[in-house]
Amino acid sequence: MSSDAGKADRIRELMATEGDAVAENTRGFNEGRYESTGRLDDYESLKDEARAIKEDAIERLPDLIDQVRETVEANGGTVYVADDAADANRYVTELTAERRDADRLVKSKSMTSEEIEVNEALDEAGVDVVETDLGEWVLQLADEAPSHIVAPAIHKSREAIAELFAERFDPEDPPETAEELTMFARERLGELVEDADVGMTGANFIAADSGTMLLVTSEGNARKTVTATDTHVAVAGVEKLVPTVEDFSPFVELIGRSGTGQDVTSYISTLTPPVDSPVPDFEADADALADGSAEDRDFHLVLIDNGRMSMRDDEELKETLYCIRCSACSNACGNFQSVGGHAFGGETYSGGIATGWEAGIEGLDTAAEFNDLCTGCSRCVPACPVGIDIPWINTVVRDRVNRGEVKSRQTDWLFEELVPDEEPAGLDLGTRFVGNYETVAKLGSLTAPLSNKLADVGPLRALTERVTGIDRRRDLPAFASETLADWFEGRGGAAVPVEEAERTAVLYPDTATNYVDVERGKAAVRALEALGVHLRIPEVSGSGRPPLSQGMIASATAKAEDVYAGLVTHVDAGRDVVVIEPSDLAMFRSEYERLLPESSFERLADASYDVMEYLFGLIENGGDPAALRAPAAGTGPVASGDRVAYHPHCQARTIGVGEHATAVMERLGYDVRVSETECCGMAGSFGYKTDYYELSMDVGEPIEAQFGDTDRTVVASGTSCGEQLDALLGSAPMHPVELVAPRE
Amino acid sequence: MSLAARTTFKRRLDDLGVTVSEGSAGDCAELIDAAAGEPAVGVALDDADLPEQVATDPSTADLREAHTGVTAASLGVADYGSVAVEADAAGTEPISLFVDRHVVVLHERDLVPDMPQAFDWLGPRARDDAVDVVFATGPSATADMGGLVHGAHGPKSVHVVLLRDDDADEEEVTAGE
Repeated sequence: MSSDAGKADRIRELMATEGDAVAENTRGFNEGRYESTGRLDDYESLKDEARAIKEDAIERLPDLIDQVRETVEANGGTVYVADDAADANRYVTELTAERRDADRLVKSKSMTSEEIEVNEALDEAGVDVVETDLGEWVLQLADEAPSHIVAPAIHKSREAIAELFAERFDPEDPPETAEELTMFARERLGELVEDADVGMTGANFIAADSGTMLLVTSEGNARKTVTATDTHVAVAGVEKLVPTVEDFSPFVELIGRSGTGQDVTSYISTLTPPVDSPVPDFEADADALADGSAEDRDFHLVLIDNGRMSMRDDEELKETLYCIRCSACSNACGNFQSVGGHAFGGETYSGGIATGWEAGIEGLDTAAEFNDLCTGCSRCVPACPVGIDIPWINTVVRDRVNRGEVKSRQTDWLFEELVPDEEPAGLDLGTRFVGNYETVAKLGSLTAPLSNKLADVGPLRALTERVTGIDRRRDLPAFASETLADWFEGRGGAAVPVEEAERTAVLYPDTATNYVDVERGKAAVRALEALGVHLRIPEVSGSGRPPLSQGMIASATAKAEDVYAGLVTHVDAGRDVVVIEPSDLAMFRSEYERLLPESSFERLADASYDVMEYLFGLIENGGDPAALRAPAAGTGPVASGDRVAYHPHCQARTIGVGEHATAVMERLGYDVRVSETECCGMAGSFGYKTDYYELSMDVGEPIEAQFGDTDRTVVASGTSCGEQLDALLGSAPMHPVELVAPRE
Repeated sequence: MSLAARTTFKRRLDDLGVTVSEGSAGDCAELIDAAAGEPAVGVALDDADLPEQVATDPSTADLREAHTGVTAASLGVADYGSVAVEADAAGTEPISLFVDRHVVVLHERDLVPDMPQAFDWLGPRARDDAVDVVFATGPSATADMGGLVHGAHGPKSVHVVLLRDDDADEEEVTAGE
């Protein structure tokens, strides 16, 4: 994680040159996804169905490959299973350049063909390759790579495309508007398609039972590519196979909605090639179209392994093969919205799931180049139509990178105590600093306020930045001299005796609350006790979130086990577990599924609540809201009366507890405006890293646009969101519980 | 085909900017004539007539010159406003594709409510007859050039001629208008 100036510069440059176009488009797609999936009555069950089909298909993949070979051959086509890119390219080149002696091959958009770089292979063999998807054609003319897996040229503005056409074709009347540019391209490409000898497509899905392939398109170029040429080559990864044609249905309903927010794209082609259409003869064009030439059609299905069968055997990477390449994880991602696929991507694939694809196809080194850009904010998880745990794949790859790339470039002895035993010895210091933040916090709290003063001294910050990669522009958390647990013990423990209590609960002393933001912990205690909760604050380990964010899975697992050991007797005694920091609650309810035995995970997850969710539940079950603080009583910090601006934490949104705070505040009479930005950009430790400071601020910029000049009281539940909002808005927000808790 | 499916289908077509005209099989030629531009090419329909101006069995040059292509649809999907156009030796696919306007003729009895039913229909036909079907929803479109434009490669506009079935309940049809 330590600073890499080259990478930071590249990100800065892309934000400046492509960031605006990418942001506008991807945010539009993302909003479209919410609207379009919102129109489905059975969205969640469709996703479950799609997921089940993929799980089954990948499980049976070798059988499906055998089956599709039989069905395609029975239809008169040929199947070739290529081990790798070179193998696939050799087959396609021999077929096209030698057997067909083709001058030109026209292509519809296919990421798999980008992966194997078949264009280059064909070009070397003397075949003119023309991309017919308008976006891909623009990139071919500009000699650029796609910045998005579905909309490859979103980084280019209309003006840039007009300039490109003017420069390349020097037309008499240069096209300028979107309409003119499209018609110009339609005409040019129409001529090129007429003269083509071979048509190449990808395939979104292939049904093994019939050899039917499904293509999701909007322009009509794939239809023309197939119809206008007598030789059709379809290039597809082996993972595109599904058992039956009927299995296509949920994917057709989900893919456009998940990607660009279209209920369905203009054309869903379901081809069982060779296709039945006559081949138009554009040279001898006086002849009848219907001349029986469908009989001469030839079809080749090139199925590509290129690392996929190994991914299938890899328990962690296997889920990647369920990906339907819809781009939802790109569009939902704050970092992707700011930088696009030229930074957040590898050789071929981009966005959150690209880490899995690139690790499996190209190797860990390629994945390592951009894997840092996944912050684990988890907003892609509910967006993924097949429910892939994309942050987990990123975490696993990060862990493997940590273990594989051991570089002893720092003097380790000084920081040895920061390195958990479970992790490789050469782990870089930034990773360690964040990954073992709990130890840092403990030490800092023991030595506060001296540690805080030292932390703020300029030269020391410069040293910190150099050694740990933590940006000096960030305020470091100031450690409290008395922890929440010590304060609670000092006041004599619970104020509500157990025999008078409505409920009994433990307040989890998360690292941020216990050592840094003790005030929100005290507020939580007051609010919970006001509603009759008998509380305890036990000594419990940190959740393991910081090491997990650095890919230190073994350390996180050890923390999870400690947390479970520290809480399980309370759970067994019927005490609820109330959590203030959303990223820690998300560990209990989500990531612990990967780190703990299933029954342990379930036991803890079922007993755990977000503090605002818990207050909501208490009020819903007869608790008196008057015990909490309504806006009328608001003096002190609540200067602006009843008007509140609330930014829910990204992971709280994902686990479904983002809205309880809104409900509680509204119940008490506050007027709440909720942030439309899904992740503030800080994402735990991400925005503290000096390489990513500007990016992090850029991701948070829409919050500034929404709340920048608000006179509302700003509240946010996450600790790092608080630092980010402070940086963006100029004042530090409080946790919602501090707003609603009765005064001391 | 239920009344609800027809209503949904027409609403979805309207959302997509697809125009619709309705009538009996006997009205078909007249409805196509009103919707087609010139010159027009087409594929003969099984159980309805094409107007005279639509040239069947065109040459490739005729297709290239054509403004409008007229074909049948095998199925309609109400929830999405999609029509299933099936490739055949007569050239239904190129005639629906290499033109500015596609006029597509659909029998109401061939309307299904949703995607699962559409794929239940397709499955056996793909397995047994190796059919090639495109589910076309609205005109060809692209947003790659800095704004939404219709007619990227395929038709710029689509018109659906929806034919009532002979034994259709007239009362129900009236109620649906």
